[in-house]
Amino acid sequence: MKKLSLIAWLVTAAVLLVAPPFLKNYGIYLLSYWMVFIIATMGLNLTVGYAGQKSLGHAAFFGIGAYVVALLMKAGISFWLGLPAAALLCFVVGIILGFPALRVQTIYLAFATLGFNTAVWLVMRNEEWLTGGTFGINDIARPGFFGMSLDSNLAYYYLVLGMTVLMGLLLLGLLRSPWGKAFTALRDNPIRAESLGIDTRNYTLLSFAIGAAYAGIAGGLFASLVQFIEPAPFAVGSSIMMYLMVVVGGPGYFLGPVLGAAVGVVLPEWLRFAQAWYLFVFGSAVVLLMIWLPDGLLSIPDRIRAKKQAKEASAARAAAAKNMGAPT
Amino acid sequence: MTHPHHHDRAAGAPVLQVTGLKKAYGAIQAVGGVSFSVQPGEIFGVIGPNGSGKTTLFNSMLGQITPDEGKIELNGEDVTQLGPLELNRRGVGRTFQTLQVFGKMTVRDNLIVAAQEHSGSMFSRMFAPGDSGLGARADALIDQFRIRHVADKKAGELSYGQQKLVDIAMAFMSEPDLVLLDEPCAGVNPSLVGGISTLLKQLNQNPKIGSHSSFVVIEHNMDFVMDLCHRIMVMVEGKVMAIGTPAEIRANKEVLEAYLGS
Repeated sequence: MKKLSLIAWLVTAAVLLVAPPFLKNYGIYLLSYWMVFIIATMGLNLTVGYAGQKSLGHAAFFGIGAYVVALLMKAGISFWLGLPAAALLCFVVGIILGFPALRVQTIYLAFATLGFNTAVWLVMRNEEWLTGGTFGINDIARPGFFGMSLDSNLAYYYLVLGMTVLMGLLLLGLLRSPWGKAFTALRDNPIRAESLGIDTRNYTLLSFAIGAAYAGIAGGLFASLVQFIEPAPFAVGSSIMMYLMVVVGGPGYFLGPVLGAAVGVVLPEWLRFAQAWYLFVFGSAVVLLMIWLPDGLLSIPDRIRAKKQAKEASAARAAAAKNMGAPT
Repeated sequence: MTHPHHHDRAAGAPVLQVTGLKKAYGAIQAVGGVSFSVQPGEIFGVIGPNGSGKTTLFNSMLGQITPDEGKIELNGEDVTQLGPLELNRRGVGRTFQTLQVFGKMTVRDNLIVAAQEHSGSMFSRMFAPGDSGLGARADALIDQFRIRHVADKKAGELSYGQQKLVDIAMAFMSEPDLVLLDEPCAGVNPSLVGGISTLLKQLNQNPKIGSHSSFVVIEHNMDFVMDLCHRIMVMVEGKVMAIGTPAEIRANKEVLEAYLGS
């Protein structure tokens, strides 16, 4: 199994590194788009999948990140200052959004975050002096990298790929530290967690804040990728879509967002041949998935393992019963 | 390994001192002026019929409810107003009546997460090794509780009895001064009841783990309580009817009539 996953990793890495130069512009764009959503949903996976906080406001942070980077770049400030600024602002706003989570949970928290998303979206749409309103912000530049131009789609793709790997490694480090266990404890049983000295308040707030920072960075990369932003991609519908990506991939599985974002971003493109039927096909696929795999695609190996164990256990019981009945 | 919450106690000073504790729910006086103390290393049992106020008393000591009147002191410090988090950080461990393990974590991780927040700052823990340096302590408890064969399994996949053992082991991971055990035998089959009793005695005497721990036990299983506890408090209708050794309680006529029956 380990060998198999190592091979899968190497193949994936090779494809992502070597294949893009042979792709058309649209293919490269789609890959970049996928990576951006991997970063965003990695953050949401921390909030939702690991820490168990139901957030339907993730697109708001994605939007805040995009607007911060776009506006700062328009003001002549480097992308490389804009990106951390976006992450920092989202982190702070994420802490603030975390406070309702200390009082309400489950569906009520989802609605509170949904309200937050709507409020942020209204600011983006109505405050034309700042955001350009529905006209949005045009001609957002691509950054340079140590003197290299990243203007071409291919060069920018490699930047986004590098950032995705970096953000993934940072998250992996966090999840493997004691924080990862604290987040999981918070999700599985907050009352027990508190009785063990785990500061559920701080961990709840931080799960929102770190998740939001990831969305902020993804948003910043998104702004420079599409080079034109307006409020629509940051509306509540996008938050629901991101939540769906986490759930489809497998909440609480590290690689869940990779698969989930692929389903959410790439699959709709593949389904274009279905044209008017696309939404119907996509919607049905999600419904079926939720019925048969409520824990997401990455729960399949766990399910197979559990089934095998149950089979072995019942075989062992049967053997024990037989032995007991046998004359000695 | 020294621990910040192991205060230097004056000899004979109690770990836990409860004085004049009262709690009412509307017109019902659940706890009506209860006082007792628990000495270092003591196993203190609380018994009484349903509705006698045991759970309200327990929840007050765990910081889950605030009493109307009275005082709770831990190692001489007034902790009456503190919540569960602060109490745990000061050295109070607990088990739950119903299973409360983290089902999706391995047994070993359940034990590690039970103590990891007791050292360093939150920030430092971000860069700490995954087991927070608690691996050896977790392994010692795993061996003592004889759950080595399931140590790497997810706690949610274990049998009820095994989960109960994990639940109890978790309470001891942070080397607490005081452990409150809420019906440790509830739902456990009779063969394991003896095992739990033996374990708790070991933990109470073990020079490595739990040696400094005092226990307060609520339990309905009379044989278990009489066998395990050094002293027992009998509660009836929110008040203390008697406090004494198991022999004294067994011989107490009032207790026999009110609770223990024939």
